[in-house]
Amino acid sequence: MDGPPVLSMKGISKEYYGNQVLNEVDLEVKPGEIHALVGENGAGKSTLMNILFGMPVIHTTGGFKGAVEIAGEKVNIANPHEAMDYGIGMVHQEFMLIPDFTITENIKVGREIGRPTFLSRFLGPSMDILDRKAMSRDARKALSRIGMNIEDYVKVAGIPIGYKQFVEIAREIDKTGIRLLVFDEPTAVLTESEADRLLDIMKLIAEQGIAIIFITHRLDEVLTIADSLTILRDGELIERAMTKDMTVVEIAGKMIGRKVERLVDVTDTRAECATDEVALELNGFSVAMPGEQVKNMDVCIQKGEIFGFGGLAGQGKIGIINGIMGLFPAEGEVKIFGEKLRLERLGDALRHEVAFVSEDRRGVGLLLGESIERNIIFSSMQIHNGFLRKWGPFSLLNRKKSKEHALNMIELLDIRCTGPQQKSGSLSGGNQQKVCLARALTMNPKILIVAEPTRGIDIGAKKLVLEHLVKMNLEEDMTIIIISSELVELRSVCSRIAIVAEGKVSEILPPDASDAAFGLAMAGMSVKDIEEEVAHA
Amino acid sequence: MRNMKDIIQRVGWPRIIIGLFFVLLIVVSPFMGLKLTDVFSDVLRRWSMFGILILAMVPGVQSGIGLNFGVSLGIVAGLIGSTTAIELSFRHGTNRPWTDLGFSLLIAIPIAILLGFVYGLLLNRVKGSEMTVSTYVGFSAIAFANIVWLSLPFKSGTLVWPIAGEGMRNTINLEDSFGGLMSNPAVAQTHPTALRWMAFELGGVVIPLGVILFFLFLCLLMWLFLRSKTGIAMSAAGENTLFTRSNAINVDNMRILGTVLSTVLGAIGIIMYAQVFGFLQLYNAPLMMGFQCVAAILIGGATTRRASITNVILGALLFQGILTTSLPVIKKLMPSGSTLSEVLRIIISNGIILYALSKTRGGNQVEK
Repeated sequence: MDGPPVLSMKGISKEYYGNQVLNEVDLEVKPGEIHALVGENGAGKSTLMNILFGMPVIHTTGGFKGAVEIAGEKVNIANPHEAMDYGIGMVHQEFMLIPDFTITENIKVGREIGRPTFLSRFLGPSMDILDRKAMSRDARKALSRIGMNIEDYVKVAGIPIGYKQFVEIAREIDKTGIRLLVFDEPTAVLTESEADRLLDIMKLIAEQGIAIIFITHRLDEVLTIADSLTILRDGELIERAMTKDMTVVEIAGKMIGRKVERLVDVTDTRAECATDEVALELNGFSVAMPGEQVKNMDVCIQKGEIFGFGGLAGQGKIGIINGIMGLFPAEGEVKIFGEKLRLERLGDALRHEVAFVSEDRRGVGLLLGESIERNIIFSSMQIHNGFLRKWGPFSLLNRKKSKEHALNMIELLDIRCTGPQQKSGSLSGGNQQKVCLARALTMNPKILIVAEPTRGIDIGAKKLVLEHLVKMNLEEDMTIIIISSELVELRSVCSRIAIVAEGKVSEILPPDASDAAFGLAMAGMSVKDIEEEVAHA
Repeated sequence: MRNMKDIIQRVGWPRIIIGLFFVLLIVVSPFMGLKLTDVFSDVLRRWSMFGILILAMVPGVQSGIGLNFGVSLGIVAGLIGSTTAIELSFRHGTNRPWTDLGFSLLIAIPIAILLGFVYGLLLNRVKGSEMTVSTYVGFSAIAFANIVWLSLPFKSGTLVWPIAGEGMRNTINLEDSFGGLMSNPAVAQTHPTALRWMAFELGGVVIPLGVILFFLFLCLLMWLFLRSKTGIAMSAAGENTLFTRSNAINVDNMRILGTVLSTVLGAIGIIMYAQVFGFLQLYNAPLMMGFQCVAAILIGGATTRRASITNVILGALLFQGILTTSLPVIKKLMPSGSTLSEVLRIIISNGIILYALSKTRGGNQVEK
């Protein structure tokens, strides 16, 4: 593991439209080293990898600052193809395989071995005939290098998920002169035994002198196989260390650690549910939302509470709101103020005076082609027959009332627009979010569930939205449930925060719990477990 | 200058160009030996005649099934309604145009509701390719109706072939029934039960006021409906299914509602069309009528996702106006061949559909 580093990125900075996502970050990987790159969502991991691969998104947004060196030589990677030529490969989280091709064909796609034919002399190599024997030989060699024993002529469509990942790895290994492999959350979609197998394969690859960058949020995996690690937080390099010098608690703490400014003083420590005061109760609640599965979740939320659901992307926190809203099939028991919700009935939650602000503003939250006014009053009109007046056989929209209300809301939430008739699609992200919020508030709900309330909006608007949520909670005694990827935001307003990992509540923590506790909960572990383990050892 | 740009953007270049072409045709026509009053009469007549059929596109588009090429289904319902009404008045030996017209609508509408409902169920199963399916539904409906026309046990002499005594004629004359009742001054001014104000001449221009008012009345109803609770829900279903579902509205039901409304308007539309035209056309005559309606509303500025009453009124005027004025003009320019008019109509209507479809994106729910 000595010698010059395969890859060395120095002083990397990157801005997206004035938004600093990476600030003076260094990354160094030696040959045969497994280097873990850890950080929360939005810490800058993907941006760093995009820079490494010369992705177009980097160049079209003004490039980056800093230097990239490969094997000691300064390089300028302009596109993913060049990255490949430098011997950098990537194993994706979602498999980039062609289902109807065989394993060999998938491994060799784009780099087929051809034999010249009569036609190819005139028309170039695209008229070559495929040398299937040679291709198959190469594929087998690549597969055996990662210890896989599978027939290379099988179609990818039929093989198990775990194997698909290995085919993808084999494809990268097969590239001549591969020096560095990036694994982007490779274990996220695998079962435990498959994940173990993958880790073994990664070791095997590293032993052959190939450097590995391992992006993951499973801290136990980091400790198991990584030699060294880099921790990023908010685009800053927090720590570069050897894994053996770090404990999981330290890593978790460094990943999260951030100053939290509380917007409310109330801290609720009631962990148990008092039966008469329960606003929302989930028992054995599962939601089949692809990519955000909720699995058998139990949680209990008090009346008048600001409750937070946090956790990393893809762990299932988004599934909760979509399941209760009825957008994805859900199972289990949902009780609103003790009344059981009929999940099979569309919009039953709305009738129980629950209102939602979806995380998917443009897809679910808004009618982009309609006016702000129409968006704001829509739910109230449809569910509670608000803003209507009788006119013969028609119940027509009461334009006067709806306009009045829209103007009120625009003023209350400071929605920046040309007027209530402006199309919501032409508003900025923050103002769209306020329109969604206005629509939910117009319902006068007892429980308000808000997903990603501040995603993609600027700091000023962020604070305003959060403050308004707190105000609604204090003044109207509204129970508010916030689902957010931004832990800081949850910690600044919530009385309790449930961290969701792998579809379950991994732990419910008070906002002033330690950074490490949050970090561990996100990785599906708890401080208690670690302490027990230490005691045991 | 800024204002000018705004106006151009709002009206849209295609409509400006087509509008200018329309004006040009009108300006040119007197020099071709056509009387302006005749041109205006024709334009008004065709505009009011097709209006309701084009209006039938609106609920379809708004509810999310797209442009309803299958409006032929409604047309078939309308034709069944009016032929049955004529047969009924023949059996009872009455000859009262208003009763015929009333019964035509009374019989046609329930049939249209039923057909529209089944058609809506079908369209809910083929989400994403409604327009392809509806085109074929339209063709099949006409083919199936061909069997119906041959096999209905009608006896009225105006309906059936005179020699065979069974099977209905290609073209049924409505002279003795409700033909021209609300649109032809010759009928409205002379027939004892007709209302005089419904059709008259004003400075040489024939004003079919009855049909125009009926068309505008239906437009008003549709306009009101689109501002009602259900109408707004239906439009939302067509714009964003996820949004609509998250507001506890059953998107499938809203699509069925839109389909039923579209089919019913198709039925009413063809009855009014026949009333102005003076003939019922059976068999393959309505085969391509759906395409004309689609082309007209697209010219009017509708997209496959959004359509308004303004689009209907403007589209009917531009599309039918160009067809009625351009044909005589071109005939004068190129005297050879009477099929030229038909060719031109096909080129214009299909060309517009092609243009409009190339402007829309398939399968994408969210704009931009």
